[in-house]
Parts: sequence; C-alpha cells; structure tokens
Amino acid sequence: MTGIVHDSVDSLAALIPDGAKIVVPADYTGIAMELTRAMVRRGVRDLYLVCLPVTGLQGDILIGAGAVKTIETSAVTLGEFGGAPRFQAAIGDGSLKIKDATCPAIHAGIQAGQKGIPYMPLRGMIGSDVLANRDDWKVAQNPFSDEEDPIVLLPAIRPDFALIHAKKADRHGNVYIGIRREVMALAGASRQTLVTVEEIVDGNLLRDDETAAGTLPALYVGGVAEARKGAWPLAFWDEYPADEAHMTSYVAAARSAEGFQDYLDQFVTGDSRAAAAE
Amino acid sequence: MSDFPAPDEIRTEELLIAIIARLLEGCRLVSSGASSPIPGGGCLLARHQSGGAMHVNVLGSRANNLMTNGGVELFDWAAQGRLDAFFLGGGQIDGQANINLVGIGDYPQAKIRWPGSFGSAYLYYLVPRVILFREEHTRRVFVEKVDFISTPGTSDPEVYRTGGPYAMVSPICQMGFDKDRRKFHLVSVHPGHTVEEVLDNTGFDIDVPEHVPETILPDRATLDIIRQQISLEIAECYPRFAAKVFPEAMNAA
Repeated sequence: MTGIVHDSVDSLAALIPDGAKIVVPADYTGIAMELTRAMVRRGVRDLYLVCLPVTGLQGDILIGAGAVKTIETSAVTLGEFGGAPRFQAAIGDGSLKIKDATCPAIHAGIQAGQKGIPYMPLRGMIGSDVLANRDDWKVAQNPFSDEEDPIVLLPAIRPDFALIHAKKADRHGNVYIGIRREVMALAGASRQTLVTVEEIVDGNLLRDDETAAGTLPALYVGGVAEARKGAWPLAFWDEYPADEAHMTSYVAAARSAEGFQDYLDQFVTGDSRAAAAE
Repeated sequence: MSDFPAPDEIRTEELLIAIIARLLEGCRLVSSGASSPIPGGGCLLARHQSGGAMHVNVLGSRANNLMTNGGVELFDWAAQGRLDAFFLGGGQIDGQANINLVGIGDYPQAKIRWPGSFGSAYLYYLVPRVILFREEHTRRVFVEKVDFISTPGTSDPEVYRTGGPYAMVSPICQMGFDKDRRKFHLVSVHPGHTVEEVLDNTGFDIDVPEHVPETILPDRATLDIIRQQISLEIAECYPRFAAKVFPEAMNAA
C-alpha cells in the first residue's frame, strides 16, 4: 500500500493546488490544523473554502494568510475566544468574497453532493436576506403539494478536497472517525479526503465491526499523514483540550496585519511542531 | 414553602438560567446552540427539574450529546417536528422579531461584521419555542429595523412555518411576541429594574400592560442546583464562562 500514507504533512499539503475547492468541518469534528499550517507554508492561493457548517481558527488563519478567495459558511467565530479577527478585516476591506449561508443549507448541499444528485430541497430561509443574497439558490413550488408551498433548492456541493484530523488510520488508509458522522458526508461529497491522524496503527479498521462502523473507508481517502497533536491549538475530541493561552495570544496578535504576520513567522513558517509538542 | 434568596444574592446569569428553564417546561427535546452557555445551563436545569423526562442536547458537548448521525441531525429533528425549543441571539433584534447575526452597514462589506447566521435562517421557522436571548439590553441591540435579516420573525401565510419567537429574555426583562400583531409585549421586569428602564433601552415600540409583574426569582433549592450541579455540567463546554460565573464551584472541583 504505497502512496496513501505520506511521510509528512507538508507532502499532503502539496497535493492541494491553487484554486482548489476545499471543505472543512466545525471544530468539534476534528480540525487538521497542522495540515492548515502546511498549506500556508506552501503558499496556497485562491481557495474556495466551504465550511460544514462553520469555521474558526482554521478559516481565520487561511484568510489572514491570503489563501482564500471565496468562503461559503454559516459563521466564522473563535467561540469563547471571540470574533475571528482576520475574517472580519478581510470582509471590511473587501478582499474576501463571502457566500453567507445557514448551517443546514451547507449540510444539504454536501448531502446532495454525497448522493450524487443535483440539489436538495430544504425548509426555512424564505424571506431572509441570506436567501436574497444567494443567486445560486432557487425557490420552487413543492411538486407534491396541491397548495402553494414554496421551498428552497440548494445545489450540490462537490469540493475537490475534504480536510480532517482524526484519531487513527491504518496503513491501508482507513480512518477511524468514531461518532463524527459528518465526515462521511464530507468525504462522500468530495473528490478526495486528506487526513491527518494522531497515529497510524497496524491491522485493518474495516475487519472489526466495532471499529468498522466508525471508519471512513480508504476508498474516499486521497492521502493520510501522522500528525501528533495535529488539531493543536484547538481541542480534539476527548484527546486534548484547547490551548487557551495560545488562543488568547492568537486573538491579541491577529488584531493587526503585522501582529498576524508575526504569529505566522513564529508558529506556522517557523517551527510550529516544536511548539505543538510542548 | 419555598425559601427565596434576596435579589442581590443571585447573579444575573443564574437568574437567566432559571428563567430559561421555566420557559422550557413541558418540552420533550430541547437543544442549545453555538456560543450559548446560559441557554445550555437553562436546558440542563430544565432537565433536572423534569426529573430526567426531558432530552437535552448541548451543542459541542460530549456528555450531553444526543446526535449519532453528525451535526445535521439537529436540523433533521427540527424539520421532523421533534425539537421543541431552541435559542437565538442576535447582534440586532428588531420590533418584528427579525434577527441580524451578520453585521452592521452595507452587505457584504459590513462596517462591523459578526460571525454569521448559523442555523437561524432555518431553525426559527421550524422550532415552536424559539427563545430569543441577549445579555445586553440596549438600543444598539434592540433596534427599530435590523440592517440584515438573518432570519425573519414572521412569514407570509404560504411559507411553511411551524416555529418562531416564543419569548425574549434579557438581563432586565422578559417579553413575549404576538405573531399576528407582529409585536413584542412586556411579560415581567427583573427585580431591581423598571418598566421605564426597559422602554429607555428598547429601540422599538412594545406593548406594556397596565400591571407589569416582577420576574419570579429562583428559590434557594433551584439556586443551589445551578451552583453545585449545572455549573459543573456547563463547564465541560464553556470552561471560561464557568470560571467567571461559578468560581466557587470550579475551585471546589
């Protein structure tokens, strides 16, 4: 099984070309932060970033580094640490194109992509400015109703890459995702999924029902690399909590473009692995 | 007879948790959303008071997560009619209960940009008891008309809508919303605050009954549960909130 397990996260990041459409999950699912830093090191540009359904530090760093042309999301927030400074700055100066959505609309678009169908209907949204500003969403009459029943149709989302961090993968490229079932939707909708894991394990995760039910089969996976504490400084499942001190210092640094650049120099283009391993 | 603490013994956050729990009475399934420590605390208190009959989903929690099919399951519950209550805040909320979670100024290049609409443009339509909640009661929050409608308070009759605004809770009062008249009315004012204060700090017209009752405080037993049990449960997802509001409980744990 050569090829699917990469020696380094930077080699995984090298698979993502400029202009790629990528999808990332919400923080509780497992964020590939080390891969994100590797993407910034590589200098990736013009990404179309889809967030299922929201993003936080990952999106803010990619935006601040100038890697994102368009973002489709229901929110960008650092949660208890406050607003996302580089996102706010990029909206303010008009350098980032935003497609505001609502959480279930992104889920629905991803589900349509997963099913290989052109669109998914969804309740809600009618009369909102979210819908009014989305010329790619349509309102249609429910064809099964005899009465007037408008419903919103969301086009399928088919990203080039889904990016996730997970607990473990085997050498065949099967990835243990546990209860994080949205990964199945992300992976199914995307052409390939790039995965970082806390550890690469022996054996085959699909052979045992206990692990197979929570496993993303390798057929969806374009590459996997080991990255211990790969979600740092974010929390990862039950494995480790958020690095509060680091998050607080990020928020302070990222208030200005200069402060953010210093942050990148120190933790992204500099030796971030050493910092993460502490 | 219940033993009631004096108003100044109760922190505002504790009062708000108790009010929210009261508003959830009779629900079978409730969920709190993102960045919602007080609504999450209200849900957990309501479950305790229900004797465990209520199912509570705290978004982002491991211990209080009911979803095994990913984050989309919350939205599926709502469309199925299973989700009885949810919470929405807003950078701006206007007199017709429209909510703005996106920003101030022209869209998309907002002067002030907030995180975004989250699930509001969907859940507000489908959850029968949407409780509007803000920790700030000022005219910059409660405005005549929002700059951006993340989700509307009411809809035209042809739009499928089984849910909507049920109550509005702030640090100074509780309001209700009449969807036919498209207007808020004052339900009660919290101890230490006045009707005048509410009117002075609300940027839209509300109905005020002749007699406005004072909000009923949580009794001492309820307050003890909030401080000793709910505090620890909410700390799992909101450690910074818990450390600020419940330092005694956090230090003891």
